[in-house]
Amino acid sequence: MHIHKYEKIWLIFGVGSLVLFLGVIGVAAFAFGHQPPSHMATVDAENLDQDPVFSEPGLTKIDESTYRATLVAQAFGYNPNRIEVPEGSTVLFEVTSADVVHSFTIPGTNVNFMVTPGHVNMAEHTFNEPGEYLVLCNEYCGTGHHYMSMTIEVVPR
Amino acid sequence: MNITNLAVDITQQVKPGVDPKDKKLTIYHMSVAFVAFIIGVFGGLLQGLARGGLIPLPSWLGYYQILTAHGVLLALVFTTYFIFGFFFAGISYTHGPLSKGLRKLGWTGFTVMSIGAVLATIMILMNEASVLYTFYAPLAAHWLFYIGLTLFVVGTWISSGAILTHFYRWKKENPGERSPLFSFMATATLLLWIVSSLGAAVSILFLILPWALGLTDSVNVLLTRTLFWYFGHPLVYFWIMPTYMVWYLVVPKLIGGRLFSSSLAKLAFVLFLLFSTPVGFHHMLMESGVTEFWKFLQTVLTFAVVIPSLLTAFSIFATFEQTGREQGGKGLFSWLKKLPWGDVRFFAPFMGMMFFIPAGIGGLINASFSLNAVVHNTLWVVGHFHLTVGTTVILTFFGMAYWLLPMLTGRRFTKHANRCGIVQTWLWSIGMFLMSGAMHILGLFGAPRRTAYATYQDAPQAVAWFEGIFASHITVAVGGVILTAAGVLMFYNFIYLTLLAPKGETEFPMTPDPHDMKDSPKFLENWKLWLLITALLIVFAYTIPIYDMIVNSPPGSPLFNNLIK
Repeated sequence: MHIHKYEKIWLIFGVGSLVLFLGVIGVAAFAFGHQPPSHMATVDAENLDQDPVFSEPGLTKIDESTYRATLVAQAFGYNPNRIEVPEGSTVLFEVTSADVVHSFTIPGTNVNFMVTPGHVNMAEHTFNEPGEYLVLCNEYCGTGHHYMSMTIEVVPR
Repeated sequence: MNITNLAVDITQQVKPGVDPKDKKLTIYHMSVAFVAFIIGVFGGLLQGLARGGLIPLPSWLGYYQILTAHGVLLALVFTTYFIFGFFFAGISYTHGPLSKGLRKLGWTGFTVMSIGAVLATIMILMNEASVLYTFYAPLAAHWLFYIGLTLFVVGTWISSGAILTHFYRWKKENPGERSPLFSFMATATLLLWIVSSLGAAVSILFLILPWALGLTDSVNVLLTRTLFWYFGHPLVYFWIMPTYMVWYLVVPKLIGGRLFSSSLAKLAFVLFLLFSTPVGFHHMLMESGVTEFWKFLQTVLTFAVVIPSLLTAFSIFATFEQTGREQGGKGLFSWLKKLPWGDVRFFAPFMGMMFFIPAGIGGLINASFSLNAVVHNTLWVVGHFHLTVGTTVILTFFGMAYWLLPMLTGRRFTKHANRCGIVQTWLWSIGMFLMSGAMHILGLFGAPRRTAYATYQDAPQAVAWFEGIFASHITVAVGGVILTAAGVLMFYNFIYLTLLAPKGETEFPMTPDPHDMKDSPKFLENWKLWLLITALLIVFAYTIPIYDMIVNSPPGSPLFNNLIK
């Protein structure tokens, strides 16, 4: 198969760029831990009230500046629908759904993941700026989807 | 550029053309496509205005109901009918009239598809199926909606059978000959469609339909999502491949040139077949239940499918430059002046190509693994596919309509039609620049996709999405209004070219196969080999994660059909 010289140069440049991009995201993922949220734990979505973690969703303090927030997404809101942490806190979010597919998204941060029933998904974020953070659902979940939100209040230390 | 000269140039060639009976089959496909198009366009207008907070929707019309109609009618119905219409006309032009039996099969496919499309549309209009065109379980539509989708897909298989058999018969009668580019490319496209739509069919027939009918109590949500995206990503290549066929096979003829290389064109289509399917996880990067390893593996394969697009970009622009220089263009760029900018049949696909540059780059960003968290399910994604399918594909299809429609109805492509077409192309491009541009930036600020008008109790962040100078839902709505005007003009063009234009002859502007055809390697034509490699890649990319989803599945989900009404 004859390939024109310019086309060879173009393909080497193009494929080279792709390999470079893949290299960057591969190193970021597997060497520095920038992985997409891919938690493998499962729960019984219909019986979350008997679940050891999600029967009592809420905020627990792990140490001085680290919190664990377990939340249940449900049409059309989150339980609890407001949490409060001090400025500079790192919060580990663990979220599951009691009904259909939702998301847990904090616009302006990298916290943005799907919440599928039966599965638990996770992300971590450090809140360095005080203020009210909006959390919203960005996966269509029914007629009231656009009302689904909660608030994270980050209070100054 | 003098447009009449070009038209004369085309009609001077003596070519057999398309059999009148096959023309009829094509014109039926085109008519359904354009009716779906105009309804879908008005759905888009209402969405843009409602989401921007400019109009309230009447109580009997839901935002998500319109959104479902917009997605199903434009992304599934318009594209699929247009593509099958194009393929029936092209295969009849390339290999002669369809046999009586095959034409009957084509009509059967058309009928089954149409029953399915009408059934699904009725269920959407009755607000029994506001599940969006991705129909993610466990939100549930009326079971008749799923029957409609199934019939639609089965209809496409029947039509594919007619087209592939027509080509296969030619192949048997002409052993050792290289396949013409049109039939080669159509075959790759249809094989991709069949392989990928099997995933949607399995999901609907074995998981969703029994569950929607109440025969099973629960459904494996993650498995249905995986099967949907097994189908959903190749679906975009099912739109792009016919678009590339116009770029490879029609555009060179329109500019008075010839295609750069046939072997590389064939190779590009084989690569699309191989790499389009085992990549669905890049739509599911942000969800639990699939490990990082399998997501990354499919990310690598996703990047591999960029290569045939790079090949295409080179071929097309090499053809442009070669033609421009042959027509006397000199210097580094002055050959560009020799291209027929005043001819909409060239200009519309050309604008599509221009929009494909940012669209392709955006696609690579979306697929970039952990980076996807920034844009996943935001308006960025909506901006992205309104550039790809909503501009690149659709402008190329419009460009095709200007010669295909009059050819089918025995009319002429007139100066008037050309002028309307140029205005239409500019309107569409400007509208899309505003709408898609604002969507991209709003998405980076976190504005969600698939969401009705919402300020989240006047959260400052959400309110800002309405107040930006360019990055605002208002810009999206303004772009949508311009696009609607362009859509109405295109519908007029359709009516004009099929019913009103003066009678005459219009040719199928198919570029002759390049000189290197007979040297193109024989192995490229070995479809059994390509299907085998396709299957192996799919097995490799999906077996372990799907096994894991079934064996380690959480309790399944019941029906949630109460949430959509």
